[in-house]
Amino acid sequence: MSGFRGTISRRNLLKTTAASGIVLATPTIFTSKAWSQSAFVNDPAKLGKLVLGFNVPQTGPYADEGADELRAYQLAVEHLNGEGDGGMLNTFSSQALEGTGILGNKVQFVTGDTQTKSDAARASAKSMIEKDGAVMITGGSSSGVAVAVQALCQEAGVIFMAGLTHSNDTTGKDKRANGFRHFFNSYMSGAALAPVLNNAYGSDRKAYHLTADYNWGYTTEEAIKSATEAMGWETVETVKTPLAATDFSAYITPVLQSDADVLVLNHYGGNMVNSLTNAVQFGLRDRVVNGKNFEIVVPLYSRLMAKGAGANVKGIFGSTNWHWSLQDEGSQAFVKSFGTKYGFPPSQAAHTCYVQTLLYADAVARAGSFNPCAVVEALEDFEFDGLGNGPTLYRGADHQCFKDVLVVRGKENPSSEFDLLEIVEVTPVDQVTYDPDHPQFAGGALGTCNPGA
Amino acid sequence: MDAILLQILNGLDKGSAYALIALGLTLIFGTLGVVNFAHGALFMLGAFCAVTLNNILSLSFTTIDPDRTDFLGNPLKVETPYVESWFGPEIGMAIIQWSVPLSILFAIPVMVMVGLIMERGLIKHFYRRPHADQILVTFGLAIVLQEIIKYFFGANPIPTPAPPAFAGSFDFGASLGLEPGQIIYPYWRLVYFSFAAVIIAAVFCFLRYTTFGMVVRAGMADRETVGFLGININKRFTIMFAIAAIVAGLAGVMYAPINSPNYHMGMDFLVLSFVVVVVGGMGSLAGAVLAGFLLGILESFASMAQVVALLPGINQIIIYLVAIIVLLTRPRGLMGRKGVMED
Repeated sequence: MSGFRGTISRRNLLKTTAASGIVLATPTIFTSKAWSQSAFVNDPAKLGKLVLGFNVPQTGPYADEGADELRAYQLAVEHLNGEGDGGMLNTFSSQALEGTGILGNKVQFVTGDTQTKSDAARASAKSMIEKDGAVMITGGSSSGVAVAVQALCQEAGVIFMAGLTHSNDTTGKDKRANGFRHFFNSYMSGAALAPVLNNAYGSDRKAYHLTADYNWGYTTEEAIKSATEAMGWETVETVKTPLAATDFSAYITPVLQSDADVLVLNHYGGNMVNSLTNAVQFGLRDRVVNGKNFEIVVPLYSRLMAKGAGANVKGIFGSTNWHWSLQDEGSQAFVKSFGTKYGFPPSQAAHTCYVQTLLYADAVARAGSFNPCAVVEALEDFEFDGLGNGPTLYRGADHQCFKDVLVVRGKENPSSEFDLLEIVEVTPVDQVTYDPDHPQFAGGALGTCNPGA
Repeated sequence: MDAILLQILNGLDKGSAYALIALGLTLIFGTLGVVNFAHGALFMLGAFCAVTLNNILSLSFTTIDPDRTDFLGNPLKVETPYVESWFGPEIGMAIIQWSVPLSILFAIPVMVMVGLIMERGLIKHFYRRPHADQILVTFGLAIVLQEIIKYFFGANPIPTPAPPAFAGSFDFGASLGLEPGQIIYPYWRLVYFSFAAVIIAAVFCFLRYTTFGMVVRAGMADRETVGFLGININKRFTIMFAIAAIVAGLAGVMYAPINSPNYHMGMDFLVLSFVVVVVGGMGSLAGAVLAGFLLGILESFASMAQVVALLPGINQIIIYLVAIIVLLTRPRGLMGRKGVMED
């Protein structure tokens, strides 16, 4: 005891603690300084301005979703610059942002129109990077666009904070070091939905899939199929439908001839609205097959799309990344800011875009640099809370956010035009987490960050 | 057998839409010689007439319900349609629910006005210009019209349900003595097919059995000679443009409950309708109708899982494939007239 007392005196303890602190802090200080001194494309210090590029669909089929994304971005910029009520800055677990811009720079922004076309999205992102000096690109409402713009940002050496993109490939085979996704993905939808479907409809079901004939459709079909088959469902048929299809009656009627008792619509946007409307028109929801009520499942729900389908969504299960009716502090703060400014609650697309902007700004503030490699380092394995989805991890291995997933159902008696979906379960993050090398995400590599210069 | 019957039924309603749009296209081409790429936009405008009337009938006044709150926690603003306060909740609700059939009355004057403004204001200046110029200007007009609609109504589809009386499905299988529940067809699609048949018959009767129609047919055959007889054929052709606009508009109105209207729906039908006109034979009204139904049914068959499994991608190219085969074997189309677009 005496030896111990002699070795660790108060003075020695203070000295050791101080020395340890210096040693531990040294890499960060050096790294931070190194990042701030190394060259990178569109350095705000050299350009004399800080520009963020908001690349959203302003025309085309997802223009309404894009408009909501843009509203959220404008709100985020206001809050970052210290205007408004601060929104989620007040609830964000990281306190690096003080409402004084980012690293003292007032945030400016430019907007581009993706048109929900990969080529157009790349062209507008390129223009924002090369002509407007955008140091970060964010936005989009399509996985095809997200993958294309993410690849462009990797080549150009800027950060890409994806908007609404649900395909596994965005953080699977097409992941990039400069790209980050806050939105959930097809695998997570399947993992969250399957137990709820099992409870509601039982394990002895025969499913018929109608799948949009493009990247997102394939990964969603695969995810839902494997999750439901794992709990005992049989997949009777999987049919690809053209993305441009507007009338799905020719695809719905064969369902009547099959012995399927569940129809899974791996459709989004206008496809979902039309296929669901057609399915209801053909009386699928009134059918009894194999002694069970026929059911319809929509893996990815969006409130904006649910509005288009009207009363047809009632009672239909699906999943969503976020919903304005969540009661946590962060969600309430965001809904209050957004609702007060615009007069209606935000969509999940608006939420993910707002959060992505804050996460980028916070990462820059914590890293002390806009250098993309510093931002990547700050975001990788970053754990946070207070942004509406509970405790969340930005996994370093694939740049995918891991958080709780919402299973929702079309509301039977909506009280307003916004009150279309009800949350039936908040699926814990552990249930939707997968290994980075999971087969549904195999085939790609993050590579290394690219600072551009 | 059941599957074949179902696909024929499916093809009939899609074919009805093709036939109605193609009929208008052929009327305009046959009378004015204009290749009107804005015709799909007229179909879309018709559908939005249904949306607009529904919005008008749903116009509401606001009252505050202090017992309930909105998403921000403020007292809830409750919207009550004026028609419900004027006629009582039940009758008022019924009027709103029947807005699509009522839109026929609303759409006719709107489409006449739109047709006349289009023809007098723009298209008449391109009568003597090459077809390429006509296509460019009418295509541009179509884009302008759809962007206007998107500005006012947004990009998302707007649900416009059929009246509750037509909301269910008819069990054809059971009525034919087959297994119930196997051949089901929505009532509203049957209504659409019947409506299309009536409109097509009305247009044919109008052209066949009225003096106006006789003059128009004569003008389609030989415009100059009819002019020499002292008849103002241009005025009649302008009226035919308005009639074609009405046909496309009504096709759109009644299509609204089948697929929720969106600003792009005209473009979705336009290209296929042109193929229908070419397959049917340029200038042939009967050909347009025949080809419309034929291609609608073929498209439905090509979408069957068994067919797609055998010939992947056939569902996306079938109409163009048939067009190629028809044009190779019958260059004037199925019922094309000699001399049309052959100079």
